[in-house]
Amino acid sequence: MIADFEYFAPKTVDEALSLLSQYREEAKIIAGGQSMLVVMKQGLLTPEYLIDIKGITALDYIKYDEGKGLRIGALTIHRAIEKSPLIRERFGVLSEMERNLATIQTRNWGTIGGNLCHGDPAGDPAPVLIALKAKLKLSSLRGERTIEVEEFSKDYLEVALEPGEMLTEIQVPTPPPHSGVAGEKLMVMKGDMGIVGAAVSITLKPGNGVCQDARIALSNCASTPLRTKEAEKVLIGKAINEGLLTKAGEVASTEANPPVDVHGSAEYRREMIKVFVRRAAAKALERAKAAS
Amino acid sequence: MKGEPMELKLTVNGKPYELMVKPNTLLVDVLRQELKLTGTKVGCLDSACGACTVNIDGKAVRSCSVLAFQANGRKVTTIEGVGGDKLHPIQEAMVDYGAIECGFCTPGMVMSAKALLDENPNPSREEVREAIQGNLCADEGYVKYIEAIEIAAKKMRGGQ
Repeated sequence: MIADFEYFAPKTVDEALSLLSQYREEAKIIAGGQSMLVVMKQGLLTPEYLIDIKGITALDYIKYDEGKGLRIGALTIHRAIEKSPLIRERFGVLSEMERNLATIQTRNWGTIGGNLCHGDPAGDPAPVLIALKAKLKLSSLRGERTIEVEEFSKDYLEVALEPGEMLTEIQVPTPPPHSGVAGEKLMVMKGDMGIVGAAVSITLKPGNGVCQDARIALSNCASTPLRTKEAEKVLIGKAINEGLLTKAGEVASTEANPPVDVHGSAEYRREMIKVFVRRAAAKALERAKAAS
Repeated sequence: MKGEPMELKLTVNGKPYELMVKPNTLLVDVLRQELKLTGTKVGCLDSACGACTVNIDGKAVRSCSVLAFQANGRKVTTIEGVGGDKLHPIQEAMVDYGAIECGFCTPGMVMSAKALLDENPNPSREEVREAIQGNLCADEGYVKYIEAIEIAAKKMRGGQ
C-alpha cells in the first residue's frame, strides 16, 4: 500500500515552488501520477510530503509561434497533445508518438511533464523531443533555466532537477526547412512500453539532397534516453542511401547499453535497434524529401 | 499532519459527497469502500487491466491510478451512474448481443465506451478498438464488445 504522506494541492506555480523550497528532498511532486503511483504502490517511493500540481491549470497549454516554436505546458495531458490540430499539422511526430503511448485512460490523466520527470529510459516522449532538439524550462524560487532534453536524464529514474526546482514548460523549436522527423518503437501490443524505440530527425541541404543535420535518439536502450551521436555522423554530410541507413542502425546499436529483462535480451535489443533506427531514419528521410 | 484524514469533496453520479479521507487513498477505494459503489472492479491495481475505469469530467480514467484527492472538486461517473433506472444503450447492446461473458471487465468496458460515444457519436471501428484497448477481457470477448458498442452508437444517433 502507499505509505502515508502529508498532502498539498497548490493552485499556482508560485505556491508549488514555495512548498518545494520549504520541504526540498523530503517532498515529491505528483502530476498525473500514472507512472509515479506505480512505484509508490510498490513502496519504492515514500515521500514525506506530496505536492500535487495536477490542479495548476496555468501549466496546461499548447502554444505556437513561428519564431519561438511550440510551447507545451508541463501539465498538458498526453491526450491533448495527441489531439491538438496544431501539433498534428506542424509536429506530426509528437501526435504519432502520443497515439502509441499507453492507453487512452493513461493519456487522459498523465502529463507530458510528469512523463519526462519520471526519468524512465523506456518513456516515449524523450527520444522524440531529443530528435526535435527540444528544451525544458525548469523553474524555482531562484528563477528559471532551460536545459536540453538530452541533458535532463541523469540515470535510471533520475533527472537533473535541483531541490526546489520543477519542470514548467517543454519548448520545441520549429524544425528547419527540408526536415523530416519520425519515431518507431517495438511493441508486442499497441500502447506497450517500447522494447526498444528510435526517433530520428533529418535535415537535407536544399538542392542537392545531402544530409545537413541528423539526430538519432533511442528509448529503453540504456539507463537514460540515449542520443547516438556516432550513428548521426554516419548520415551527416552524405547523400543518404539504403546502405547508410543500415550502417546508422548498426552504429547506434554499438552505442547502446541495452537492459536485459523478460521482454528481451541485450543481444535481441541490439538487433532490434538496427531495425528500428533504420525504419525511423527511412521514414524521416522520406518526410524530409517530401518537405523539400 | 502526515497521514491525517482530510476533507474530500467530489460529485459521484450527480450526487455531491463530502468525506474525510486519508490522502494516500486511491479513488477506487473511496468509490468501493466509502461509497459502496462496488460496480467498479479492481483487477490488477497496477494500471494494466482497465477494470476500474470510471469517467472523470467525462474522460475515461483508471480509478486505481488516481489519488482520491486528485478528483477533488471533480465529477466522477461510475457504472452505477450510467443508466439511471434503466440500462444505458451501451449496456443494453452488450446484453442483447451477448458481449458479456464472466462480466468482470464489463463495467470498465462500458465506461470506456461511454466516454468515447459522448465525445464521438459516430466512431470508426478503429476508434472503437482504440477506446477499449486499455480494457482487458480474460475471456477474449473483444469482437462482441466492439460490435455492441457500434450498435449502441447507432441507436444513440437515432437509428435502429
